[in-house]
Amino acid sequence: MLSVQNTDTPVTFSPELKAKFADVVSRYPAGKQKSALLPVLHLVQAEYGWVSAPAMDAVAEYLSIQSIEVYEVASFYTMYFLKPQGKYMLEVCRTGPCEIVGATPIMEHIEQQLGVKEGDVTEDGLFSWRGVECLAACGFGPVLQIGPEYTFYENLTKESVDTLISDLRRKAGN
Amino acid sequence: MARKLLLEHINVPGINTFDVYRSKGGYAAVEKALKTLTPEEIVEEVKKSGLRGRGGAGFPTGMKWSFLAKPEGVARYLVCNGDESEPGTFKDRFLMTYIPHLLIEGMIVSSFALGANTSYIYLRGEMMPQIRILEKAIAEAKAKGFLGKNILGTGYDLELYVQPGGGAYICGEETALLESLEGKRGNPRIKPPFPAIAGLYGCPTVVNNVESIAAVVPIINDGGEEYAKIGIGRSTGTKLISAGGNLKRPGVYEIELGLSAEEFVYGDDYCQGIANGKRLKAVVAGGSSVPILPANLFLKTINNEARLMSYESLSDGGFATGTMLGSGGFIAYDEDQCIVRNTWNFARFYHHESCGQCSPCREGTGWMEKVLHRLEYGHGKMSDIDLLVDVSKKIEGNTICPLGDAAAWPVASAIRHFRDEFEWHVTSAYEATTRNYGLAHYADPLNAVVA
Ligand SMILES: Cc1cc2nc3c(=O)[nH]c(=O)nc-3n(C[C@H](O)[C@H](O)[C@H](O)COP(=O)(O)O)c2cc1C
Ligand code: SF4
Repeated sequence: MLSVQNTDTPVTFSPELKAKFADVVSRYPAGKQKSALLPVLHLVQAEYGWVSAPAMDAVAEYLSIQSIEVYEVASFYTMYFLKPQGKYMLEVCRTGPCEIVGATPIMEHIEQQLGVKEGDVTEDGLFSWRGVECLAACGFGPVLQIGPEYTFYENLTKESVDTLISDLRRKAGN
Repeated sequence: MARKLLLEHINVPGINTFDVYRSKGGYAAVEKALKTLTPEEIVEEVKKSGLRGRGGAGFPTGMKWSFLAKPEGVARYLVCNGDESEPGTFKDRFLMTYIPHLLIEGMIVSSFALGANTSYIYLRGEMMPQIRILEKAIAEAKAKGFLGKNILGTGYDLELYVQPGGGAYICGEETALLESLEGKRGNPRIKPPFPAIAGLYGCPTVVNNVESIAAVVPIINDGGEEYAKIGIGRSTGTKLISAGGNLKRPGVYEIELGLSAEEFVYGDDYCQGIANGKRLKAVVAGGSSVPILPANLFLKTINNEARLMSYESLSDGGFATGTMLGSGGFIAYDEDQCIVRNTWNFARFYHHESCGQCSPCREGTGWMEKVLHRLEYGHGKMSDIDLLVDVSKKIEGNTICPLGDAAAWPVASAIRHFRDEFEWHVTSAYEATTRNYGLAHYADPLNAVVA
């Protein structure tokens, strides 16, 4: 079970981020700004890598709703990280259609290559991985996605996973 | 060659841009609808077309539209369901990625028909790339006067927005989707009231699948009667089938409803048979929620008639020997696949995705997952098999939303058709962890299996 993780770091959103929030809020009728909650949480996660309790409190204040309304949403949906993750979170589809074309061996390979268990972060802070449910790419499995842009990597093989991991390492300057 | 209404221009370079899409006749349906038809006439065309919802339930779209309440001075909404999370289904993502303007065009025509001035396209949050694609397409259409105020000088105003979900299969259920769009947890609502009376923000709302809305474009261009000429019986028009699993050529295919199932699996224009020279063992024809069938019952109905890819033919035989077209999420299993493992995998999926509101669903899905896990890993008992059937029966029909049924059917059907494979997992528990049961008799001629 996920639980909301606290942190002492207070959160103040930048004017740029707040401008993005405002753009989202403008899509709904007056008084229905709570509709912006899911998109705003995505923006927060893209900025900070995860959504902390103080960040959720700040979102609640921004949208003029209670903190609990933010917590209950953030903990319901699987995409929001309630604790820090690696810079690159590899999310591998583990559902039926991907499973029958080899999702489990791919996850085992990733675990071995990164040397961390599902949900843990590598020591250098670069990687985490986890199995997720159907990503609507069933014809191109096995697949994985990496946020915050949710880029897809399809028809995975052990070799293509190795290349992806070393490319990401290089990109991060390690 | 089969007629293509949605994917005809899919291979045209640049078809994702407004200009190329327009040069191929795009947005003609908007011009025709807004300038020459009344909203009532559009609803009438959609009724005549016989179009049935492409999201899974197959409810007639025109009829759904005609149920929309129209109280004076109350906003009405059209919400497009792009949650696409049903295992096996990946057609909407494909359509939105490659030909986004088709959906935008369909949204404009449909919103006009329903009298909506603000419409939302709700996409699962993982579809961030498609959100960007659609937002770009919306901006292009707006710049050309097809969205915004006074569209094409007709006085009709429409704003269109894309809303991301947060990762939850249940938000594909239309009332959970509306909750989610209101910024809440995706807990399905008790019906009635139906969204047509009280939907988004309590206002009359229509929720339609991406493909249903896209299909409105050819219906308006060619007329409902022309559309209804395609297909077979009450399965009119074309349908996107997303084919995955152990196929030689998986992918998204637009078929004319009524195509033979055999042609779809083995035909050169379609999946070209099973990958790696293997044989077909089983098929899930319409997304993970529909009953799984052994190869022989998928290819032929119990009366030894060729099975067709249509709503009626796939459900021929009821749940005893048939299945459903569902969302068109087609999964093929080759002879090396283990049905017990697959059933466990699906049960885990539904347990993970249950919103938890109803005890039969919340507890039952977890229970089924646990029992299937022990069967798959060699600790099962013979009585577990009937226990699973019993649990599935107690979920079915006893929940707020159809996710409970969707979780029960794959388990019940797997045991119905593959019971010997489940039994083998008990009697040969160790062996079952080292090899799979194989094709067995699942592809044998029908008279040999059905006594
Ligand atoms: C658990 C569950 C998940 C669903 N997921 C989807 C989905 O991802 N996409 C979709 O269009 N419909 C989905 N539906 C069906 C919707 O509730 C609704 O019937 C559909 O969006 C109506 O559109 P249509 O009439 O155009 O098919 C789902 C239903 C249930 C019960
Ligand atoms: S059936 Fe399951 S998913 Fe649907 S409302 Fe009940 S608990 Fe939630």
